[in-house]
Amino acid sequence: MDLRIVNIKIDGKKFEAIEGQSLIEAAKNNGFYIPTLCHFKEIYPPLGTCRVCTVNINGKPDTACTRKVFDGMEVEVNTPEVLDNRKAIVEMLFAEGNHFCPACAKSGDCELQRKGYEMGISSSRFPHLFEERPRDFKDDRIFLEHNRCILCKRCVHEVKTNKGENVFYFQNRGHKMLVGMDYEKAKELTFEQVLDAAKLCPVGAIIAKGKCSVKPFGDRKFDVDKNIKWIQSEELELDIPKDGKKKVVATTSLAGCFGCHMSLLDIDLGLLDVLELIEFNKSPLTDIKKFTKQCDIGIIEGGVANSENFEVLKEFRKNCKIIVALGECSIWGGIPAMRNTLPLKDCLEEAYLNSISSENNENIIPYHEDIPNLLDKVYAVSDIIKIDYYIPGCPPNADHIWKAVKNILFGVGEKVAYEEFKYD
Amino acid sequence: MEYTTIRNERTQLLNYLWEFQDKNGYISTSDIRKLSKELGISWIEIEGVISFYHFFKRKPTGKYTIYLNNSMVSEIKGFHKIKEAFEKETGAFFGGTDPTGTFSLFETSCVGLSDQEPAALINFMPVVNLTPKKVKEIISHLKSGGKIDDIQDEIEDLIRYKNDKGEPVLFREYKLGDSILNLVKKRPDEVIEEVKDSGLSGRGGAFFPTGMKWEFARRSPSMQKYVICNADEGEPGTFKDRVLLNQMPGLVLEGMITGGYAIGATKGIIYLRAEYRFLKKKIESTIKHFYKIGLLGQNILGKNFDFDISLMSGAGAYVCGEETSLIESLEGKRGGPRTKVYFPIEKGYLEHPTIVNNVETFCVAARIMEFRSEIFSSKGTSKTKGTKLLSISGDCKKPGIYEIEWGITIQEMLNLCEAKDTNYIQFSGPSGTVLTKKDFNRTISGEDLICGGSVMIFNSKRDVFDILTNFSNFFIAESCGLCTPCRAGNYLIGKRLEKIRKGEATYEEIEEIKSWGKVLRDTSRCGLGKTSSNFIVEAIDKFPEVFKKVGLKDKEFNLSAALNDYYDTVKNN
Repeated sequence: MDLRIVNIKIDGKKFEAIEGQSLIEAAKNNGFYIPTLCHFKEIYPPLGTCRVCTVNINGKPDTACTRKVFDGMEVEVNTPEVLDNRKAIVEMLFAEGNHFCPACAKSGDCELQRKGYEMGISSSRFPHLFEERPRDFKDDRIFLEHNRCILCKRCVHEVKTNKGENVFYFQNRGHKMLVGMDYEKAKELTFEQVLDAAKLCPVGAIIAKGKCSVKPFGDRKFDVDKNIKWIQSEELELDIPKDGKKKVVATTSLAGCFGCHMSLLDIDLGLLDVLELIEFNKSPLTDIKKFTKQCDIGIIEGGVANSENFEVLKEFRKNCKIIVALGECSIWGGIPAMRNTLPLKDCLEEAYLNSISSENNENIIPYHEDIPNLLDKVYAVSDIIKIDYYIPGCPPNADHIWKAVKNILFGVGEKVAYEEFKYD
Repeated sequence: MEYTTIRNERTQLLNYLWEFQDKNGYISTSDIRKLSKELGISWIEIEGVISFYHFFKRKPTGKYTIYLNNSMVSEIKGFHKIKEAFEKETGAFFGGTDPTGTFSLFETSCVGLSDQEPAALINFMPVVNLTPKKVKEIISHLKSGGKIDDIQDEIEDLIRYKNDKGEPVLFREYKLGDSILNLVKKRPDEVIEEVKDSGLSGRGGAFFPTGMKWEFARRSPSMQKYVICNADEGEPGTFKDRVLLNQMPGLVLEGMITGGYAIGATKGIIYLRAEYRFLKKKIESTIKHFYKIGLLGQNILGKNFDFDISLMSGAGAYVCGEETSLIESLEGKRGGPRTKVYFPIEKGYLEHPTIVNNVETFCVAARIMEFRSEIFSSKGTSKTKGTKLLSISGDCKKPGIYEIEWGITIQEMLNLCEAKDTNYIQFSGPSGTVLTKKDFNRTISGEDLICGGSVMIFNSKRDVFDILTNFSNFFIAESCGLCTPCRAGNYLIGKRLEKIRKGEATYEEIEEIKSWGKVLRDTSRCGLGKTSSNFIVEAIDKFPEVFKKVGLKDKEFNLSAALNDYYDTVKNN
């Protein structure tokens, strides 16, 4: 059959494509990148589930994986509007599932995480849902972690027995939808096929038991990125006082692990320069317990898990002109928020009454007027107060923190490199 | 159609599942094993199909399953009282079965009886205009071993208006077969010309020009083509197709035959929503009659034209009203919308060229054959031809079906149905548009306000927030889940509405919903997701006073509420 060539235009550039090809493949063949999560190869019918490849085609929004190229096709991929739509979808996926990257074997190899980096997502505009989803250990060789599943349909489409029967299939509908596994059919897969299934999964939802898939830092798929050089850090308009006074900074760690503060110290020798420009007020670094003056910037690590966190956070808002949420816990709850999918009662009873290490009749759930009271969930700091700036990461990279703080305090426009922006 | 003996057609899966569901009240694990073996597909695939449709149950149900409509119109007509009455009388709770295994109670989305709410389906037989007293009588009748037929309501077709100023297109005398007599005198291309000339466009709500659709399908060289009648009207508040199917099932069939003749198809399928299964007998006997008198089957009216029609019943999924979801469902799959690489006219049912048209569209097409296109095209506005059926319900004296001419104003419509003190009209269903007093002079037409059929009227006593919450819950329940924005977006909007209702959301957070709506509109996979946020996005602008009342200026975190769980836990320590 003769291949017919058609002319298309992407972001103003002319390209040639083979008629019948999907736009996403045509773009790829021409070295033009359109992000996607569900698309992994040209199939009919295309999966078209994640909607991350939404672009404008002749002025109308549509997905690049479901549209075939045609002569005169004009595509907009990187207009602010289209970029924001795509970003919104990825943020939605983060808010919908329970993605605790530091506790995931796929971290660094995960395509969802990668989209987060590449789109420069520092916080999701959607509140995290923290719905409890099952973890399916029943099969001997496949662990299905529904908390991480983004329902892309890859496994449903691709993973079949040698007879062509489905191993995975969608169950239920709407927000209750999940991927179900046929345990009998799963047995018919060879171990190689199981590994392929785990590899096919763009996130860490299908994990092959008995085989460590975690790679050393630096060897993982998305550790370095040659395609994406720079990510623009979010700009903030500021009045820069020109009186030569040192800026005053306060920091705190709420429900966090102090890892973000450790990362802050990784600014290393740069810290000496920092001290020329700023002074610390209330902060674990100075051990100043109470605000002694109005601060220019307050840096918050950790989410809000108890009544004390709440009070401290309120104090910060009152005493700081600009509040920066530093790190995942502060931005949306992070690791401490793993308890959010369960009732607080269950968590406390498991920890203090029913765990293996608790002794009969000798255990009690801590409660005293001197200790902070636990909230029903771990809240993002933005649930409580207005946040001016987010620095993502677990922990955020030292250079990213320094650049962001400099940017906020002195209005020095700087770009953050992919490696500096990366969360893990 | 009977499929009881051999179950080896994957496409017939829904029919097989209905057989089990009807016989045993649920689909058992052994049924699934059996089907899995016979069809050669994995059981998880069958489970996946079952769990998509809400009328299929995996756990045993009582002798009587009662589905109570929870649409907004039902709500204003007393849904909560009726729900209470059913629980009290049966001893069952909604979502479950009573201890004796007699009654199972479930809520369901709009069942297409909005003019006679509150309404419920008992073993898929309708009971309407429910009052607590009536519920009591029904349940005691069934408890004492009475037959279901005795309590089933004869459904009234409340046809209130037949374009009285001019003349009706649909609600005029129906003479069986008249349209077909004219049809076979014409060549197929002449039929298409006539439909094109009439200006008829899709009456389901998308308003795609019918003649053009048929022409595309006709051009396909494929030997096998299909005509599908979309009788899955699931938009809350609409019930026009129910009335057409009950009043003139023959006209529907004639429309389908017209479509088949025009595009060169030999097979037609009616996809009937499960909520209308009580009409199944009537439609099937009409089909049978058509075969008998030679309007269906081979060599229709002595011409070289064969056409068959069969009926298949859905199983409870609003999204199946979307044509590609409907086709998936007809093929025995989960009813998710297809990626539109091809239109159904290129690759539809079983990959064959297929036209999917609404019940009303087929009826009009048959009328056009009967009277020529001018009868239709002389009516309406310059761009929107003909008449349109509106299903009017809610706060008005005369709920029912109105055959109006395009071009009348909203106020004229309100006068016709004798609505007073109207504050809010949800026009063209929850996926349609929000109208308030400012809009009453606008005209119902393609130039201004297009309407698929549903008109829900609410007076000033109704809580706007209740209405919006009901619509939001509807979309959350009916999103198929395939694409991110519709699945997660509608759920997130629902959560935000809850927050607003509790008085915990800031103005900014209320306004934010509008930008979320844009994401849904731009990126969703099918019409459901694209339109599902219209109501809330529009309501925020159209009812500023409602949102002003509940919005906060600054973030206020309710600390004491967040501490309750902890205090409750340590109190019993």
